[in-house]
Amino acid sequence: MKKESGGSALIRALADENVDLLFGYPGGAALHIYDAIYQQDKVQHILVRHEQAAVHAADGYARATGRVGTVLVTSGPGATNAITGIATAYMDSIPLVVISGQVASHLIGTDAFQETDMLGISRPIVKHSFLIQSPEEIPEVVKKAFIIAKTGKPGPVVIDVPKDMTDPNHLFDYQYPKEIKMRSYSAPSKVKENHIEEAVSLLENAKKPVLYAGGGIIQGNASEELMKLANIMNAPVTNTLMGLGAFPASHNNFIGMLGMHGTYEANMAMHESDLIFALGSRFDDRTTNNPQKYSLNAKKIHLDCDYGSIEKIINVDVSLNGDAKKILNQILKKIDPKNIDKASIELWNKEIQNWRETHGLNHDLLDKKFHQKQILPQQVIQSLYKSTNGKAFITSDVGQHQMFAAQYYKFDEPRKWINSGGLGTMGFGLPSAMGVKFAYPDEDVVCVTGEGSIQMCIQELSTCMQYGLPVKIINLNNRALGMVKQWQDMQYGGRYSSILYEDSLPDFVKLAESYGHVGMKVEDISELEERMDECISMKDKLVFMDVYVDPEEHVYPMLEAGGNMSEMRVSKTKKTF
Amino acid sequence: MSHISILMENQPGALSRVVGLFSQRGYNIDSLSVAPTNDSSLSRLTMVVKEEESVISQILKQLNKVIDVVEVQNLSDVESVSLEIAIVKLKITEEEAKKIIDNAFPIIGEIINHKDEFVMIKVTGSNHEVDDFLLSLNKQNFLEVTRSGLLGMGTGENFLISESETTIEY
Ligand SMILES: Cc1ncc(C[n+]2csc(CCOP(=O)(O)OP(=O)(O)O)c2C)c(N)n1
Ligand SMILES: [Mg+2]
Repeated sequence: MKKESGGSALIRALADENVDLLFGYPGGAALHIYDAIYQQDKVQHILVRHEQAAVHAADGYARATGRVGTVLVTSGPGATNAITGIATAYMDSIPLVVISGQVASHLIGTDAFQETDMLGISRPIVKHSFLIQSPEEIPEVVKKAFIIAKTGKPGPVVIDVPKDMTDPNHLFDYQYPKEIKMRSYSAPSKVKENHIEEAVSLLENAKKPVLYAGGGIIQGNASEELMKLANIMNAPVTNTLMGLGAFPASHNNFIGMLGMHGTYEANMAMHESDLIFALGSRFDDRTTNNPQKYSLNAKKIHLDCDYGSIEKIINVDVSLNGDAKKILNQILKKIDPKNIDKASIELWNKEIQNWRETHGLNHDLLDKKFHQKQILPQQVIQSLYKSTNGKAFITSDVGQHQMFAAQYYKFDEPRKWINSGGLGTMGFGLPSAMGVKFAYPDEDVVCVTGEGSIQMCIQELSTCMQYGLPVKIINLNNRALGMVKQWQDMQYGGRYSSILYEDSLPDFVKLAESYGHVGMKVEDISELEERMDECISMKDKLVFMDVYVDPEEHVYPMLEAGGNMSEMRVSKTKKTF
Repeated sequence: MSHISILMENQPGALSRVVGLFSQRGYNIDSLSVAPTNDSSLSRLTMVVKEEESVISQILKQLNKVIDVVEVQNLSDVESVSLEIAIVKLKITEEEAKKIIDNAFPIIGEIINHKDEFVMIKVTGSNHEVDDFLLSLNKQNFLEVTRSGLLGMGTGENFLISESETTIEY
């Protein structure tokens, strides 16, 4: 049995977890660990340019692959820089293991150089955390961390490692545990059979059902089961921002994203429905509008792996706590197609179709008759969709561009749409795209961003050069913090407080070129599609495509704050209430 | 008002995770008592929280999610007993202290220390009884009090025991 030090045991344990990539940034408290990395070749370390980006990259990797993303940072500023990334992953339930260096144990609590209480700072934004107290416990803690990160409701786990715990001179017998006992961590209990029966009976009797699917269906790999249920019932399906791709957007029963910037027909359907089946979605305030006025005529079934999410915001008639795939299969076994009210559902689908015809999204804006002087941001997404055949991984930042991407790129597969839905972290797009590209080097990986967001992690262009990551960056450049501007237009009489910076924006083309990448600038709609094709076809180059879009464009529909799900603005001049 | 009983790992950080759930949501903990149990790897905690029922049920769910928490019980849902202990320091003679104790029913009191002109009395009772007792004391010679916070336990078969350890293999 080969002896290991704490530092080498840590890396070996990662290898035993089949970790291939470790995103990180070195520093004093992590030096023993970095030396251990140097002396092996199973785990490849990816040097980013900012610890926030390391976490986002691991996060993108995790979202795209369904595996646990791993991160290594040093103590103090390394750890605090990682916090935004950890919070982002926490809000979207992404499995990560984040290892932070810490000052030596005898220095903890003395305000030592680069000491921060990482466990304390990260406590509200982790699923769990560990402080290593003896080198010998490292393999077991790593094992526990991975189990906790990926089982149940996934989430980030922090392992804080004081420097003396990785001392290369302290050697011990290494063994990676095969199983772990955790009396305080248990799998969700089985769903009661009568709950399944109640759910089935509601589904069979529904006249206006909506299947409202979120990120939990993606994380729970239950898209296939969702599809079967939708097909059996011929029921309309809406996806949350986190759930895009859980159900194919080009399927007939898909009614678009719901919520704050959801489609008119999806929000109307939620409002008029008589049965809402929430699947791996959590009635987030962006998808319910005012909970007091939320879909009052609908019975509700809530399937979620997180017991704590059920009845947190909306009371439900049937709760199904557990694994989405298993529970859906139980339902599929029980439900009898003969009992479904097909005729009523047919009428219901027609009603939804009518809504779509009145205020639905226009997916044909590339048509010449819609060409204006300025490029519309929606047209850029449609062009991107065409050039990538709808098959690319799309990561995004936060703002109007994110909503346009969510609305107009029709995701047909799970794990292809990667965005910070819960925390809404500007700066997420580029580093998460790197993580995806590492996982899928042969696929198109595109970051749809804005000139505001991209500048929050722009330094990662350097990482992309170092590792040869030919991601594509589509910058919807509206010369403003567009989403904030939209709110200031609508609610603050157009008083633009601190959202403009046109004269000080960098020349993104030159900026990209200075890192050794390709830059492109597009201002004219007539050249958009051609340049987009050109951009996507440069398979081995990172292309930064800076597209000047109409700065006046708003994202619609938009739910009216405080209202119900039918109260929307559908354009600058039209509202439904 | 709810009395919550919690069994958790006796680990650094465990208590702050539990308490953090409350502070994060802006809820106040009325009283909290915590100590290891007969199994020294476990701590048992009794908590008093004054919040609406819907809030309590959310808190119970969130508590269950904390990895260090082994078991949670809402003592208000089962038949249970609870009591509180307080130590009071008074500037009185031992004679006067005895008189106070004799008149304190239903509180049970006992002199536990007498030093210089100060007497310390230990009292036990429900927390209302302890409240009432403290109010009855003459402010002029009532110097200090420390209270344990409520201690509670379900009666009969209403145990708060850890489920058998879950072994997760994979
Ligand atoms: C780190 C961070 N800071 C602030 C915000 C608030 N915010 C949300 S959208 C937005 C504007 C984003 O501008 P840009 O990236 O240019 O996108 P646009 O809306 O213009 O498409 C801001 C400031 C945020 N989401 N994240
Ligand atoms: Mg912008």
